Amino acid sequence: MQIEYYIYLAVALFSIGVVGVLTRRNAIIVFMCIELMLNAANLLLVAFSKMHHLAGVATNPNAGIDGQLFVFFIMVVAAAEVSVGLAIIVMMYRNVHSVDINFLNRLKH
Amino acid sequence: MGVTQLLFGFLSVLALLSAVMVVASKNPVHSVLWLIVVFFAISGHYIMLNAQFIGIVNLIVYAGAIMVLFLFVIMLMNLNSDSEPQKNKWSRLAGVVSGGTLMLVLIAALKNADEKRAIAQLQDGSIGLIENLGKVLFTEYVVPFEISSVLFLSAMVGAAVIGKKGD
Repeated sequence: MQIEYYIYLAVALFSIGVVGVLTRRNAIIVFMCIELMLNAANLLLVAFSKMHHLAGVATNPNAGIDGQLFVFFIMVVAAAEVSVGLAIIVMMYRNVHSVDINFLNRLKH
Repeated sequence: MGVTQLLFGFLSVLALLSAVMVVASKNPVHSVLWLIVVFFAISGHYIMLNAQFIGIVNLIVYAGAIMVLFLFVIMLMNLNSDSEPQKNKWSRLAGVVSGGTLMLVLIAALKNADEKRAIAQLQDGSIGLIENLGKVLFTEYVVPFEISSVLFLSAMVGAAVIGKKGD
């Protein structure tokens, strides 16, 4: 499969994530759209890893393996991020009884 | 058109439609369920690329653990489409236009890249298997791997401290 199809797919998924962050006011949905963008980047990393593998496998049998390890580390960081982020959202809900991100503007006072 | 192209097209359309539904759904629970469909489609792409470890970890960690956490929080807060805060029409339109513009700019920037005809190897190649990934992870990447355990510990402590009741 040519790499350009993966690029277009990942760009479309990333843009849908950006649209979600810009158009929704529910903090949890905004968070889910960030996960969507992370996954678009992961998909592209794996596709590029397989592209470099095909190009460099003759000299190095492990060519391109770094891309897949980066995806692994991105998943590790995303899991940690979700646990802290959801704790913050639950805390915000307990204080203002809403998940509307517009309530977060009181942080500036 | 071979079966590979058909499968690629099906998974891509499934991922894109479900991603649109994540953003468009009024009910947050439906958004979570559509996002799980997106993760399954992306896992299908990983398995087509013979990145089996990443595909399974994506299912277990994202579709299994993270989305269940989201679902738990949404159901705990008893959110539904009635309590859903809505942006007004014009800022929603502005968001869609700027997101679409970002997509156009990215595609236009990448349209003439030299490498775009390069082939991403499907079905073949062994770098996605657990054996090879594990060997590299525990030799070259052992320091970041250990540091990520510290990150997890601090995230766990942070979540517990933030979520604590009182004061």
